[in-house]
Amino acid sequence: MSDGPRGTGDRNEPPDDEAALSARLKRLGNRLAQTNRPSENGSGPRQTADLSGFARGFRLSTELVAGVIVGAVIGWLLDRWLGISPWGLIVFLLLGFAAGVLNVMRAAGVVRDRQLNDD
Amino acid sequence: MATDPIHQFQIIDLFPVAKIGNFEIAFTNSAAFMMLAVVGLTTFLVVATARRGLVPSRLQSAAELSYEFVATTVRSTAGAEGMKFFPFVFTLFMFVLTLNMIGLIPYAFTVTSHIIVTAALAITVFLIVLLYGLWRHGLHFFNLFVPKGVPIYILPLIVAIEILSFLSRPISHSVRLFANMLAGHITLKVFASFIILMGGGLGAIGWIGGILPFAMIVALTALETLVAFLQAYVFAILTCIYLNDAIHPGH
Repeated sequence: MSDGPRGTGDRNEPPDDEAALSARLKRLGNRLAQTNRPSENGSGPRQTADLSGFARGFRLSTELVAGVIVGAVIGWLLDRWLGISPWGLIVFLLLGFAAGVLNVMRAAGVVRDRQLNDD
Repeated sequence: MATDPIHQFQIIDLFPVAKIGNFEIAFTNSAAFMMLAVVGLTTFLVVATARRGLVPSRLQSAAELSYEFVATTVRSTAGAEGMKFFPFVFTLFMFVLTLNMIGLIPYAFTVTSHIIVTAALAITVFLIVLLYGLWRHGLHFFNLFVPKGVPIYILPLIVAIEILSFLSRPISHSVRLFANMLAGHITLKVFASFIILMGGGLGAIGWIGGILPFAMIVALTALETLVAFLQAYVFAILTCIYLNDAIHPGH
């Protein structure tokens, strides 16, 4: 197919079939690389596929708790330093809870914003 | 023989090393097991790679297998550029894996069941991500906290949530490893104490009935071996995911 009249006509490289062969090899190499390493530049699926159910559940629950704890600690410290007694804790507990939910959604692979607009 | 399930996690001072202020810094059983893991790992890798045969020996292929395994993990999560962190991730993975496995040996001490150890490792990862990200991308690194396509009026809220989510990483990173090891070892100990209790309380019938918890221990030990490996792997893969954020802050 590559050595038909069309192939020899519109190209000025003399060894036409060789160029076609190298192009095909290159394409094959690309495809192989893609199947072997589906996420070469960090844009592939990030969740670990073969976790057992228990490990997965445990991971998600720690993600949620960690967010709440960080929010509570920051809120409590702000309260102490700035003397705004209940408000720091209230606001940062809520924010921490939201962060925990975000963590869980990221860990479960529900939101994958990092990959969608990867540059 | 202590039937107290927490007793196995006790830190014992072996000999004093230094004194800072009023603090006595002692060489503990925890430090001894960490030393054992490091020396064991180093010996294994040095001996395994000493001959570098084209046809690998068993030891060499074990070392090559561990290299390949970690390298694939790093490449698939942090990209080809992440390979510059390969030595770090490999060290972390092998260290945690060895400590977890040593902990499964009866009478051995499980270093990773202490949160101070896992937290130190997680904070190291966190600081590396932060400092490398800042060094590499400058203030552009903080774009990590600013998702694209968010309306301006809720952006401050989203940024606050993203920052809290980022700060919570070392906590979930360290708690996961620590809690898995702690829970597994307590479970094993509790089932083991059932045998002693039944045998002591009911005599011969109790010892025969003790076969049931013993069978449970056998099954649990197999499960714990899996957990020990899996948690080391999860620790490594999360490290890679966090490093990926430092390399490509995205957006």
